[in-house]
Amino acid sequence: MTATAEPEVGKARLRKEDARLITGRTRWTDNITLPGLLHLAFLRSPVAHARITAIDVSAARSMPGVIAVFTGRDLADEQGSLPCAWPITEDMKAPNAPSLAVDEVNFAGEAVAVVVARGPYEAADALSAIDVDYEELPVVLDMAAALADGADLVHPELGTNKSALWVFDSAQAGTGGDVDLAIAEAEVLIERTYRQQRLIPAFMEPRSVVVDPTGEQYTMWSATQIPHILRLMVALTTGIPEHKVRVIAPDVGGGFGGKLQVTPEEVVSLLVARRLGKPVKWTETRSESLLSAHHGRDQVQKLTLAARRDGTVTGLKVELLADMGAYLRLVTPGVPILGAFMFNAIYKFPAYHFACTTVFTNKTPTDAYRGAGRPEATYAIERLMDELAAEVGMDPLAVRELNWIKHEEFPFTTVAGLEYDSGDYEAATAKAKELFDYDGLRAEQAERRARGDVVQLGIGISTFTEMCGLAPSRVLGALSYAAGGWEHAAVRMLPSGKVEVVTGSSAHGQGHETAWSQIVADQLGVPFEDVEILHGDTQTSPRGLDTYGSRSLTVGAIAVVKAAEKVVAKARRIAAHLLECAEDDVEFSAGAFSVRGTDKLVAMSDIAFAVFSAHDLPEGMEPSLDAEATFDPENFSFPHGTHLCAAEVDTETGAVRLRKYVCVDDIGKVVNPLIVEGQVHGGLAQGIAQALYEEAVHDEAGTLVTGTFADYLLPSAADLPAFVTDRTETPSSTNPLGVKGVGEAGTIASTPAVVNAVVDAVRHLGVNDIAMPCTPMRVWTAIQTGRPDAGGPGSTEAGGGLGSLSGGAQ
Amino acid sequence: MIPAPFDYVAPTTVDDAVRALADAGEDAKVIAGGQSLLPVLRMRLAAPTKLIDLGRVAELRGIREEGGHVVIGAMTTHYEIQRDPVVDTHLRLLRLATDTVADPQVRHRGTLGGALAHADPAGDLAAPVLAMDAEFVLCGMDGRRTVPAAEFFVDYFTTALRPDEIVVEVRLPKLTGWHAHYEKFNRVAQAWSIVGVAACLRVDGGVIAEARVGLTNMGSVPLRATEVEAALVGHPATAATVRAAAAHAAEGTSPAADGNADREYRQHLARVLTDRALTAAAGV
Repeated sequence: MTATAEPEVGKARLRKEDARLITGRTRWTDNITLPGLLHLAFLRSPVAHARITAIDVSAARSMPGVIAVFTGRDLADEQGSLPCAWPITEDMKAPNAPSLAVDEVNFAGEAVAVVVARGPYEAADALSAIDVDYEELPVVLDMAAALADGADLVHPELGTNKSALWVFDSAQAGTGGDVDLAIAEAEVLIERTYRQQRLIPAFMEPRSVVVDPTGEQYTMWSATQIPHILRLMVALTTGIPEHKVRVIAPDVGGGFGGKLQVTPEEVVSLLVARRLGKPVKWTETRSESLLSAHHGRDQVQKLTLAARRDGTVTGLKVELLADMGAYLRLVTPGVPILGAFMFNAIYKFPAYHFACTTVFTNKTPTDAYRGAGRPEATYAIERLMDELAAEVGMDPLAVRELNWIKHEEFPFTTVAGLEYDSGDYEAATAKAKELFDYDGLRAEQAERRARGDVVQLGIGISTFTEMCGLAPSRVLGALSYAAGGWEHAAVRMLPSGKVEVVTGSSAHGQGHETAWSQIVADQLGVPFEDVEILHGDTQTSPRGLDTYGSRSLTVGAIAVVKAAEKVVAKARRIAAHLLECAEDDVEFSAGAFSVRGTDKLVAMSDIAFAVFSAHDLPEGMEPSLDAEATFDPENFSFPHGTHLCAAEVDTETGAVRLRKYVCVDDIGKVVNPLIVEGQVHGGLAQGIAQALYEEAVHDEAGTLVTGTFADYLLPSAADLPAFVTDRTETPSSTNPLGVKGVGEAGTIASTPAVVNAVVDAVRHLGVNDIAMPCTPMRVWTAIQTGRPDAGGPGSTEAGGGLGSLSGGAQ
Repeated sequence: MIPAPFDYVAPTTVDDAVRALADAGEDAKVIAGGQSLLPVLRMRLAAPTKLIDLGRVAELRGIREEGGHVVIGAMTTHYEIQRDPVVDTHLRLLRLATDTVADPQVRHRGTLGGALAHADPAGDLAAPVLAMDAEFVLCGMDGRRTVPAAEFFVDYFTTALRPDEIVVEVRLPKLTGWHAHYEKFNRVAQAWSIVGVAACLRVDGGVIAEARVGLTNMGSVPLRATEVEAALVGHPATAATVRAAAAHAAEGTSPAADGNADREYRQHLARVLTDRALTAAAGV
């Protein structure tokens, strides 16, 4: 790097991909058309649990434009079982998971047949002509009931609704003491049960897949986060050889984990294209997406926190029920297990026990959703810390400070066995307090309480950490995850001095093209504009583990750095040759190599051309500057931060208004502050939405009643406060850029901050919990009666609005 | 999202529209702004054989004064109503309620007549027009007739419109100089009302001379809070009067229960929101 040129890393550059994305001049999967393209539509089960006794597709086959109709029976010999790559225990029970249901359906929304037609309208029209006879079976919805003796079974062949029990115990692991002892000796016990409601990822671009079977390879375009994993998994699932499958993730409009999946529709599209020898396309409707794309969260957390009267924590026991839904999808069972390492959070618990029972129900399968296990854990511990503070009569920030890891104590091995490399909770908290005017708002809160104001003020705190950059391969192996955690990159120097960078990370809105270009510009000393980022196509980017778990920058970009370092090393040797000096005398700065102490220099672009012409290279050197690297991190990275939320609660209506939200995140070194800001804002919105708005609700028959955005409430900008965001910067020591990852931070931290604020506003009225989402009715009822979960899920009487549609619309 | 197939006609006069509706039979559907119908079509919750689009019927659009009334064409958009000075001067309650409807995109497409004919009990415009004693001019094959708002709304999504009738215009008595407020309660900005309260008052010499209060989503149809109105008229425009009157807001109501609100909570909201609506309207 140069002393004169301004480094690209750290610049708030506008994203280079945005012009085409926001003007729609782009390549969403649904925009792809091919000669002879046929269109698919899926018939989905309206019932949650039933035996399929008959399917008559003859009428549908004769509908205009219909080419074929396939049922699960038709594809039974070739569809295999959808993969689960995370068998969390050796005795984990997993049902067969057909892409199209064959004999029975296990959730409302499960695909039972597919229509192939000349156009999407004809395909959709033919669905209503398919006649399915369902013999309904008992519906299993509640996890506790599902585990009871004699419970109805989702999958009778498994003999139980329990899939697995996964346990971590600090005494057994040698990372801490015996939690039962801590509980027995506790001066203070906080026992709570919290519910992580079921959420729907609600990515902006609906899922879509196109398969072209007409070339030597099957080419699959898919709106996916994981083209590389998808390629391997569809090959293993269908038996099509891996080298005969090419997967392309073109521009992908968001995922939030919701597109970290191998979907039934992807498999069926491939099989249908193979059968017919014609390209096919499927694009879901929004209602299909809400119903059948995997859901997130859905846990019941039984928590016991032991402490001394002075507020010092002495033990934490976590007993989870995690709803798998009807099937185990790609990483379904692993999601709650990721939380196992985060319940202890930033605090020095001497003893810890975690047990998670994973449970089948007749609901849409769950799987990764932004944060995946870590938001659930963070919610639990941050809520508990507030409860502990209330119990021992301390300020909730003081309780946290008493128990958190001090900055001089890093590196710190936690009771869950992770080594936190760095962090400075004191600095982030001090900055947040100042930006928030913590003392001023506490004074106002006291004043409003004293006055008995209709609008009460609450202050919510969340001092969170997370583990990012999934992950060191050896750790994933120890957790029984089937894949590794490395990432691949390649740097290609073109003859004109321009640069192509191949990355295994698969952007779906994160801005990798911009951030990676900034990093490479600094590494190679070339202009930002001279760097092109290639990704998302298994043909151009042959190796990769894709994008999820805040891993792109901490793993994928580090692979890019390593590859660039190899390019520079090769170029240095050629430069020495051209400059007729020893390699040790060559300095690299601002894209040029010079002989130390002279003004003799040769530019990177000159070397690129010299390699291309290959007329005069060092003896025995191959004519290429290109290099690749595969990076496997030694450890996770551990972003942290302090989030402070001020909420006003209207005690007459239960309405919550967020008055102020301050977050100070420590995500290590920042590549592009603008992208960081965007990630934080979006993450906050999603985390706040869990606290206040979103919930996937099923009625007693297992029907999703929040099947449109009129009922599944997403907040808009009008519902959110202006966020005050700031940062502290403690570089990660686990990678050369010092970066930590930011994709999930806002989502993880904000949910408990908001609920803590709401509860804090009305705690003096006898409230110590309100179930999420904290709807006005729930808040009001909690104030009236102390009951935390008024309304509950499942009310279906007509109340107007789109949810109670009937025929009168104009 | 793909609707079921349907035929489509776009007449340019009310007479042609009515004839088209009569000819098409009972499986036909009128489309106005489409902001409620289109989602229903696309989800295939409705599958009309024919859509009669009123978008090109110029005579259904516009706002005019007729003596003591303001007459609003059924196809006048929410946005046009929001921006109209005649509405703002004489029908302030309608303007304030319209401001709360959905979002700018919807308000540019959605129409007053369409929203009222849809008769969603959670819609925000029915309670205000009921409170303002509006009349609906309907046209069918037998000609035109006028129906008072109190008779227009029959049940959930059901109105007094006969199968061959369309709403031509809404006639509203001028309430010039009245104090008005629409208090909407919902969970996110774009959502329907859980409960809404439309209030307007005429205050004369510090005394409430006339009062109208309409309730949104407190039953299968918009309701007048007559007990509240009775408790206001003749009393000084004070916070005490308002508080006492608002306590009657839920009397005689039997609202639906749903995930957002059970009956008890809805009735509680009606009282609180009525208090707030009247307080804001009266400026007390």
